[in-house]
Amino acid sequence: MKSVRIGASVGFWGDIFTSAVDVARYGDVKYICGDSLAELTMAILQKAKNKNPKDGYTKDVFPLMTSLLPICKEKGIKIISNCGGINPLGAMEAVKGIAKKLGLSDLKIAVVEGDNILDRLKEFGDKGYLGDIGAEHGGLWDKVLFANVYLGGKEIAKALSTGADIVITGRTTDSGQFLGPAMYELGWQEDDWDKIAQGIVLGHLMECSGQATGGNFSGEWWKVDKLGNLGYPVSEIYENGEFIFSKPRNTGGMVSVDTVKEQLLYEIHDPTCYLTPDGIVDFSTVKLENVGTDQVKVSGATGKPKPPTLKAILGYTAGFVGEGSITYSWPDALPKARKAEEILRQRIDMQGINYEEIHSEYIGLNSIHGPLAPEPEYETNEVMLRVAVRTSSKDEAAKIGREFPALALNGPPHASGLGGMHSIRELIGQKTALIPREEIEPLVKISVEEV
Amino acid sequence: MIVQLCEIAQVRSGDKGDCSDISLFAQNKEMFEVFKVEITAEKVFEHFKPMAAGPVQRFEMENVLALKFLIDGALAGGASQSLRSDNLGKCFGSNLLRMKIDVPDHILQGAKCFRYPHS
Repeated sequence: MKSVRIGASVGFWGDIFTSAVDVARYGDVKYICGDSLAELTMAILQKAKNKNPKDGYTKDVFPLMTSLLPICKEKGIKIISNCGGINPLGAMEAVKGIAKKLGLSDLKIAVVEGDNILDRLKEFGDKGYLGDIGAEHGGLWDKVLFANVYLGGKEIAKALSTGADIVITGRTTDSGQFLGPAMYELGWQEDDWDKIAQGIVLGHLMECSGQATGGNFSGEWWKVDKLGNLGYPVSEIYENGEFIFSKPRNTGGMVSVDTVKEQLLYEIHDPTCYLTPDGIVDFSTVKLENVGTDQVKVSGATGKPKPPTLKAILGYTAGFVGEGSITYSWPDALPKARKAEEILRQRIDMQGINYEEIHSEYIGLNSIHGPLAPEPEYETNEVMLRVAVRTSSKDEAAKIGREFPALALNGPPHASGLGGMHSIRELIGQKTALIPREEIEPLVKISVEEV
Repeated sequence: MIVQLCEIAQVRSGDKGDCSDISLFAQNKEMFEVFKVEITAEKVFEHFKPMAAGPVQRFEMENVLALKFLIDGALAGGASQSLRSDNLGKCFGSNLLRMKIDVPDHILQGAKCFRYPHS
């Protein structure tokens, strides 16, 4: 039966590159695919593009492509990535530059555009697609930073049909990076719903890179070997949709039903109705089997027709966070930290810091599990107090950090480890909307250039 | 025997907006049947009440012996708004492992223990 081997490169912007190189070198793959776009990444990229029209794609394209291009060119591996973000054409120019620098030629790069709807928001609002998004947030229109619909794997499959060696997109789904090459290579039709479902499950398992091959494993995690050299996913997917999920030989990590099942259900919400632009997947029929060392067979996903609308995400500026932290030492670390919080709150009132929300937590005690974390039964060696405020202006957010240094001199004794004072973070609110396909798909553009 | 879930269950959690998404895995079919009875949506809501508005939805995944919980209003407005250190709810799963349930002894015998084996 016809099959194709597909590997994973990066699972997010900021992921390591050595595992991707191992996949290209030792994975015996025809495709290497990665997802670089978290929702909030789009906001960062839009701001970068506002400053410089050539910018707006993820910067890891430089180290990643520099490592991958020579190997992929030699082995004939095709690269797929949504690193284009807000500016896929800019990313293509960057890749062309990298190829030239490396002395590589005869490479075809395809770019998929059509996901960016920022310029069409007014039109879509007038047509009623955006619901109450405008009304609910009075001035939201002025605050929108980015607006993109999710395109899927079928656009990537179309881009591959141009003969491209590299496909760069903007906001395409995580799973689409992997479904696309499967559709193209195995000749699946857009309405082969069960096969499409298997391809989406493939993508879902591969898109978070190390999270399915032994990373973040909650079973006997201490038995997972060589995580410093973690092998990223490699799958062989067959014409009938079944695939063997694995990792390159001689890499660390672990692939078993136990590691794979954690990723299978990760962030899919209703597992019987996982919505993507390519189809709707029922994960409850998926069958996982251990079929060899570090090999899991995945079969049985069932699909339903794709929804008539595409999901859009609109990001808008939603204020700022200012924060600071300070660490208190034994003896009586916790009472000291609590006293410091009391002083800090008094100072915030005295200074009239205008915040919308204030949050305090004790790192080492309850910063992760919040009110469910019990009081410790032993005396802690140290506790870090962290206080954060949400404000509507950047200046206001900056005020809280300034209150921390004096605490070391004016508060309880034995404090150190001041931190966070200067990190003002902008918050990005998000709204989703559903846009009819016919508004988007006819305008999707695939352009091809050669180096 | 009363056992804390951290001893016997795998868990992974994430987010979507203000909703925490937790998958909890049993080691075998018998244990899964106990989970279904003992770990109801109501009980999970009660467990997380100090930090979540609810409601809680539960899905049974027989194919991988897992329960999936969706806890609404759990992430302080969602990752884009939250002031918490765990703004993405990655550790809501480990917080669920604090729950204690009653599991028949014969099911615990031979089950793996997921606590780090301190010597």
